[in-house]
Amino acid sequence: MLPLLSRRVLCATAAAAMLACSAGAALAATPKDTLVLAFGFDDIITMDPAEAFELSAGEIMGNTYDRLLRLDINDPSKLVGDVAKSWTVSADGKTYTFELKPGLKFASGNPLTAEEVAYSLQRAVMLDKSPAFILTQFGFSKANVKDKIKATSPTTVTLETDKAYAPTFVFNCLTANVAGIVDMKLVQSKEVNGDWGYAWLKTNYAGSGPLKLREWRANEIVALERNDNYYGAKPKLARVIYRHVKESATQRLLLEKGDIDIARNLSPQDIAALSANKDVKLTSTPKGTVYYISLNQKNANLAKPEVREALKYLVDYDAIGDTLIKNIGVINQNFLPQGLLGASKDKPYKLDVAKAKALLAKAGLPNGFKVTIDMRTIQPVQGITEAFQQTAKQAGIDVEIIPGDGKQTLTKYRARTHDMYIGQWGADYWDPHSNADTFTRNPDNADDAKAKPLAWRNAWAIPELTKQSDAAVLERDAGKRKKMYEDLQAEFRKTSPFIMLYQQTEVAAFRSNVDGLKLGPTFDTNYMFNASKR
Amino acid sequence: MTPKTASLRDWLSTDRPMSRRQAFMGRVYHGCRDFSRNRLAMLGLLTVLALILVAIFADLLAPYSAYTGDLRTTRLLPPSWAHWFGTDDQGRDILSRIIIGSRITLMVVILVAVLAAPLGLIVGTVAGYAGGWVDAVLMRITDIFLAFPRLILALAFVAALGPGIQNAVIAIAITSWPPYARMARAETLTIRQTDYIAAVRLLGASPWRIVLSHIMPLCVSSVIVRVTLDMAGIILTAAGLGFLGLGAQPPMPEWGAMIANGRLYVLDQWWVAAAPGAAIFVVSLAFNLLGDGLRDALDPKAAK
Amino acid sequence: MAIPDPTAAGVTPLSAVATRTAGQRFTPHAKSFGNFLVVILLTYLGLLAVTFFIGRVIPIDPVLAIVGDRAPAHVIERARQELGLDKPLYEQFYIYLGKVLKGDFGVSVLTANPVMTDIKRAFPATLELASLGILIGAGLGVPLGVWAAVRRGKLVDQVVRVIGLVGYSVPIFWLGLMALVLFYARLGWVSGPGRIDVTYEYTITPVTGLLLLDTAMAGEWEAFRNVFSHLILPASLLGYFALAYISRMTRSFMLNELAQEYVIAARAKGLSESRIIWRHALRNAMVPLVTVIALSYAGLLEGSVLTETVFAWPGLGLYITNSLQNADMNAVLGGTIVVGSIFVGLNLLSDVLYKLLDPRTRIR
Repeated sequence: MLPLLSRRVLCATAAAAMLACSAGAALAATPKDTLVLAFGFDDIITMDPAEAFELSAGEIMGNTYDRLLRLDINDPSKLVGDVAKSWTVSADGKTYTFELKPGLKFASGNPLTAEEVAYSLQRAVMLDKSPAFILTQFGFSKANVKDKIKATSPTTVTLETDKAYAPTFVFNCLTANVAGIVDMKLVQSKEVNGDWGYAWLKTNYAGSGPLKLREWRANEIVALERNDNYYGAKPKLARVIYRHVKESATQRLLLEKGDIDIARNLSPQDIAALSANKDVKLTSTPKGTVYYISLNQKNANLAKPEVREALKYLVDYDAIGDTLIKNIGVINQNFLPQGLLGASKDKPYKLDVAKAKALLAKAGLPNGFKVTIDMRTIQPVQGITEAFQQTAKQAGIDVEIIPGDGKQTLTKYRARTHDMYIGQWGADYWDPHSNADTFTRNPDNADDAKAKPLAWRNAWAIPELTKQSDAAVLERDAGKRKKMYEDLQAEFRKTSPFIMLYQQTEVAAFRSNVDGLKLGPTFDTNYMFNASKR
Repeated sequence: MTPKTASLRDWLSTDRPMSRRQAFMGRVYHGCRDFSRNRLAMLGLLTVLALILVAIFADLLAPYSAYTGDLRTTRLLPPSWAHWFGTDDQGRDILSRIIIGSRITLMVVILVAVLAAPLGLIVGTVAGYAGGWVDAVLMRITDIFLAFPRLILALAFVAALGPGIQNAVIAIAITSWPPYARMARAETLTIRQTDYIAAVRLLGASPWRIVLSHIMPLCVSSVIVRVTLDMAGIILTAAGLGFLGLGAQPPMPEWGAMIANGRLYVLDQWWVAAAPGAAIFVVSLAFNLLGDGLRDALDPKAAK
Repeated sequence: MAIPDPTAAGVTPLSAVATRTAGQRFTPHAKSFGNFLVVILLTYLGLLAVTFFIGRVIPIDPVLAIVGDRAPAHVIERARQELGLDKPLYEQFYIYLGKVLKGDFGVSVLTANPVMTDIKRAFPATLELASLGILIGAGLGVPLGVWAAVRRGKLVDQVVRVIGLVGYSVPIFWLGLMALVLFYARLGWVSGPGRIDVTYEYTITPVTGLLLLDTAMAGEWEAFRNVFSHLILPASLLGYFALAYISRMTRSFMLNELAQEYVIAARAKGLSESRIIWRHALRNAMVPLVTVIALSYAGLLEGSVLTETVFAWPGLGLYITNSLQNADMNAVLGGTIVVGSIFVGLNLLSDVLYKLLDPRTRIR
């Protein structure tokens, strides 16, 4: 009944479409000199190393900006000089001196000397954005930073801290992105109203790393190119392109077809499926991120020590480890991730409903109680929460799940209006203090406190542990420092309102023709510039 | 020979009804008869009735618990004789979850339809009939609701009322009525020029009476068709709001939430999303057939 | 449904009475046009106001997206002041309105770009997708609906019904992923997710943002074919969803028309069936159908978050949703203005089309 004309037009259009598609789909593979990754990077809000704090931005910074020191990704407890050739600490432990390598240049061609290094660190302190605390915690402030961080010669930089901190602590912090070295002349030429080039550098590049930033189109693409002025081994690849793809299934399909070289956000199911694919290889690294369930001490029931302990026995760690987080995490019952100084492998807790019930009875709650948990609607967090809900029910604890989006639940958490919360914490810099600072330090438990570490968010008043954490950061002997963190963790395991769950393992799947890909313990040590394609 | 001694059927089918009530009953009788002759519509009706029965007797029908499962032993099992629809990522039997979830899902769908459709119908017919600035204002309000980001409303609801599926119903209903209004207005624009509307007006009917008793019934059929099409969409919208907390709270076996969870497993463990998806399709088809049948029965001009 | 005027000669006295008392509409007067503008502006104002105030009470702290979770208290305070969040709500709205009137829609806190720059990037992606989608949806949906109406009750009708229903009750992400698996992964007929292959990424400088147009204008035909093969699958998906609705509604409206007396009269006059259906019945059914198609188009233009996620399409849906989840209100408001304009514009367009298609809706 369709008139002849419409039918003919329909058929013709369909045929033309098919022809067009097949022609366009032929050139599917990625170019030989370009590495293409699928990565969800909608958390990037700036490309300025003095401001960037989120994970994806961290990775871009790690590939495009140099700093004084970097971590050795094969052994993160060791340090490697980046622009620094050698470094010393004074006898009183407060003055650090760095000798730079000669003949360094930025991507723009401008020379990289001690003056630029000092400028970069001063700039980070002066702008005082979110990651600045990594530097200002050593006593640098807007008032004194120009004196405390100086270029004493074209190749020498000195830093003066206010106390004699553990040198490992200071060096680890200097490997962070906030200590990235920016091109002083370029940035100053783009300065507007004395803003230290802040407005310009948000979306532009002024670095010296092995790769340089060509373009950042938010939620679409980040394009990096080889920096021919890099002092070290030039990357074998001419370009590295990050494509923003959020869906794990989509990343998997792209990888299987060869339209991307590396897929970074795969779910456990997709990882398992790809491990059977002979064109695809997998690589994984433990990351410095730990997941936990926390108990707000403002809730009368959760404040009871027996209840805190009982809940730690109501998680089926083994089952979760074997199913929900398989390949993407390892059960870890401590607040320090493996790989950091002082990390502990102790795992005293396992699912024990009878013991939990006995503890609850001792606390005067033999029939359990009702409680809510705020949960982000992402996996594996959601799966773990639902599993926890079931096991807690066996002891009579009625857990009501309140789902929400990431920032939504975080806002509630920071306001201390939750009962229980399932969350994660990633180390800001590769030093145990990054986690101790938040899990075992709570200098001010009042509602209007300035600092909001995780201990504060759960209203856990711990003056003793705070003192111990402060002491650990000043301990200059590495062996003694390790012991102090082990003691902290032992106490934490017993009494804290945190049910530590697991440590994240980052997995990347890549085409078998990609070589040299190795993920580091932090996102800014995910170096893409070492990769190459056959 | 009074009407009372003749058979009931003759009374209902007479060409000369003696009273308004008789005429109305006659119309209802004919409508039901036509409806029952329409096989597909009866199929739709029976399916809907079956769904309602399943919802009422859900606890008796479900073979396993819809809320508990074992991570180790029963996780992500494919469909088998033990688990007809397989198990989900928490080890729960999917068939049981679908049966028990039918209650929630049907309730959500019917509530939203019952709230949104009449609202849209009224707004649309009033706007179309009144014309002028009333029309302009109402249509612009409709535009505001159409353009308003649904997610913001959902978040505001969560903030004000807390999480849960009841609030999802209200949120979805509030944002679902504009399409019905637009459609009703379009139809009203053509109806209101007709002679019989003019006749009723000349008889002295007030505008409200015209709109409610004369124009609205004529628009009802297309709205019914649209509502039945929307049923599946409502469930999926509720699923889409779930990630903000405005929806089924886990472990509630609401079908939309089950589909949203099954998204991660689509490629290899297809049954996790397929079963609730098929259930939604069946409900959608049943209501659609029912809606078409109702439309045919209600429409005095439909081909017999 | 309408009973047409049996006197084909035009307006009867009764109808004339009806038209005069039914109220005025958009008469071609300057004053009317002024009223019209005022109403449109009030719509925008209402939309902005409601979105703004609701946006300020949603339980997401906008500062979190800017400074993150780890920022010290003084950094957070500073950010709060820079955003103007410490001022009373009305003052904030007033300041925002003032800027909007000057054309400054603010800067997105998430991308550090002016909001309009971001939208100028995101919207064309959605526009391209939605336009091709509605072409497929209406182009196939209307004939299918007519076919189903003409063959009512027969197999064709049921098949069209089921096709439509499947399209409407199936979750879009499922269909999208299945389509990708089949047409992209297994058969290789189309290109994968994303708008364009990496190889062509920097070969053209986007002028309009509509890549099909840009590649054609630049004469890059390989890139054009590539863009098309990326576009066809998600557009077909969206088109399928539009088709489901449009075909059902077409069927419904056509059934109404085909039941009218003028159809019998036309047949009696000896007109061919084809002519009756396409030239007369469909023409009458187009009036309400135009609303349906316009609404569908507007819905597609709003951007579908799930489609854009599955196909890695950087469009308006992802942009607005992402901004909302981070309480980036400048971006949300900017996006709302765009979406609002779409709905207002398309509604006005369909009003204009009514008058063109159906003289009965005009008022003398």
